[in-house]
Amino acid sequence: MNAFFAFAVTFATLCVGTAMVLASIRLFRGPSAQDRVLAFDAFYVNGMLILLMQALRTGSPAYFDIALLIALFGFVGTFALGRFLLRREVIEP
Amino acid sequence: MTEFDLPAWASLPAGVLLIFGGLLVVIGSLGLLRMPNFYERMHPPTMGTTLGTGCVLIASMLVSSAVAGRPVLHELLITLFLVMTAPVSAITLMSAAITRTRARDASPRK
Repeated sequence: MNAFFAFAVTFATLCVGTAMVLASIRLFRGPSAQDRVLAFDAFYVNGMLILLMQALRTGSPAYFDIALLIALFGFVGTFALGRFLLRREVIEP
Repeated sequence: MTEFDLPAWASLPAGVLLIFGGLLVVIGSLGLLRMPNFYERMHPPTMGTTLGTGCVLIASMLVSSAVAGRPVLHELLITLFLVMTAPVSAITLMSAAITRTRARDASPRK
């Protein structure tokens, strides 16, 4: 049964890699700024998923903390960018 | 490739969840690339974020519980965080898009 699991991990990694390529195409091509921010949001979630796949492949627990940090700071970045697009300021005086 | 030994009760559902989650993520990003306008582009990555990430995280929880020999629930933190923050960023981006579209339509030079 381990061969099936190894195939599943490889397949999912390839799928998430394709998704990252698609999101980066939208990131470069996006007609408006909010398109680019949305593509960046999808991009960091996919990168976090690739790290989780790596954790499944190696069985090392250190990747989860990195994935949690990526989720945290990615949300902060997306929220700041959206806030800037909305009001031209991130932190209001 | 995988150095550790997994029992069948963990590796079989984890593999199915991984394949399902990977397909969901790639469909979500394909929708992000293919949809015609911004408001329709908001929807597909949401599916990839919540459902695909949820599938991968449940699979990861199963595998690390099987490796450690006890229930490991660290991944619930990531799931909880993503589920809590995805609507907030979606609402911020959506209101930014509405404001910017209105401002662009109201200004005289395009």
